[in-house]
Amino acid sequence: MTDAQRSTVASDTIPIIRVQHLVRTFGNVTAVNDVSFDVRKGETFAFLGPNGAGKTTTIKMLTTVLRPTSGTLELDGMNPVTQSTEVRKRFGVVFQDPSLDSELTAWENVEIHGVLYHVPREVRRERGETLLKLFELWDRRNDLVKTFSGGMRRRLEIARGLLHTPKVLFLDEPTQGLDPQSRNQMWTIVKSLNATESVTVFLTTHYMDEADRVADRIAVIDHGRIVATGSSAELKQQTGTDSLEAAFLKLTGETIRDEAFSAEDRMRQVSRVWRR
Amino acid sequence: MGVIYVLWQREVKKYLRSRAQIIASLGQPLMYLAVLGFGLGAVFRRAGEGSYLQFMAPGVIGMTVLFTAMFSGIAMLWDRQFGFLKETLVAPVPRVQIMLGKTLGGATVAVMQGLLVFVVTLLAGFRPTSVMAVPVAFLLIALIAFVFSALATAIGSSLKEMAGFQMVMNFLVMPLWFLSGALYPLQGLPAVLAVLTRIDPLTYGIDGVRGTMIGTTHFGIGWDVGVLVAVGIVFVAAGAWQFSKLEV
Repeated sequence: MTDAQRSTVASDTIPIIRVQHLVRTFGNVTAVNDVSFDVRKGETFAFLGPNGAGKTTTIKMLTTVLRPTSGTLELDGMNPVTQSTEVRKRFGVVFQDPSLDSELTAWENVEIHGVLYHVPREVRRERGETLLKLFELWDRRNDLVKTFSGGMRRRLEIARGLLHTPKVLFLDEPTQGLDPQSRNQMWTIVKSLNATESVTVFLTTHYMDEADRVADRIAVIDHGRIVATGSSAELKQQTGTDSLEAAFLKLTGETIRDEAFSAEDRMRQVSRVWRR
Repeated sequence: MGVIYVLWQREVKKYLRSRAQIIASLGQPLMYLAVLGFGLGAVFRRAGEGSYLQFMAPGVIGMTVLFTAMFSGIAMLWDRQFGFLKETLVAPVPRVQIMLGKTLGGATVAVMQGLLVFVVTLLAGFRPTSVMAVPVAFLLIALIAFVFSALATAIGSSLKEMAGFQMVMNFLVMPLWFLSGALYPLQGLPAVLAVLTRIDPLTYGIDGVRGTMIGTTHFGIGWDVGVLVAVGIVFVAAGAWQFSKLEV
């Protein structure tokens, strides 16, 4: 598909996620600063940005665990702030930090999830089996999660997040700390589900090759602001560069975040601690 | 209902799987029974109070229930640290169901642990007045377990760090236990201590268990149950409220 075709196809689909003028502050630190974007039904949308850019904060607001300071959010026409239960039925999420119970087996984790999302017993069993087989965990379903490797845990979290057939799957830096084989395998499965079940995938990453490979559209976010949105090709074109990496560096600057903005990052961290 | 059940089951399963922990947690009650039970027994008898083991066994069972219930609620810190809490918080179910599942699970685990310690006290020579007294006593024990499991959920929801856990153990759980009259009779206490013991809900729990198991009670079983139920309602409300405010 050429980019022109892609954008005509996309323009007549309704957005499943709508974010307008979203702001979130922690004390006097603005983590998300007037962010607006749409995610189209069925696409794979990536938030690409350096550490502390506001990716996770945005996901937290979309997934109802954090309230925005101002701005509007919409997921499948629902408001995550006022209609949180309805919104929660519609998405699956894999947070940056693991959220499995490692003292339970893989299957027990899946079962609990199914009950929490009111998935009927029969469906739980069938879909649970399908997903675990797909993610190559079926043989290990009765093992305690604490015996699993990082890659297996991540796959289990994704499988679990898909059990209730969500319309949107949020993946917050899902490949963090995984080896290339695991990353590759994970994306192959996720992309195939994206195609077969037309689940919209919203991911955050700071791996450019990953965004380049899996995302239909990419929003580059930096210092809480979206600096560019478009397909990988469009971003390259906009910046007059020949690789997404060059485009990214051009858009976000070459400063190394952890050094140049350590004071600010520290503030974010401090405010994160005090907020809770 | 399904949600409450599955979260209750999670707590119970994890308890039954942690055999080493179950055994380890018998250490403290055993120590109290052996060291205090036999060490202070002679003094107690000389003071005309009868068998100290008979007197303190209900107290040691109460202690176990208190510690286990508080611990399971505070284990929410682990859930927070290791993430499972988030899984429940983004689920499309009312928070109060999650809170109740956890609280009932913690209470059930505490009762099971109490049962285990009860068997240990029997082996040590403790004799309830009748066999029929035991099930009735366990209804009271279940009530104690529920009250403190609810309190623990309320506290666990507001704790952020491991340091907080130590605070709770030192400044809440230990005083609750030492002020409960588990180790000493409630009559003839200095005024300050008398007031403090009457503020401690565990006092009524242990008094009730003593009333049912060995037939001596300070407040009367009806009053004990009344206080526990009232406090339980307050703690559940506090837990539900704290839980509803949780953000990740």
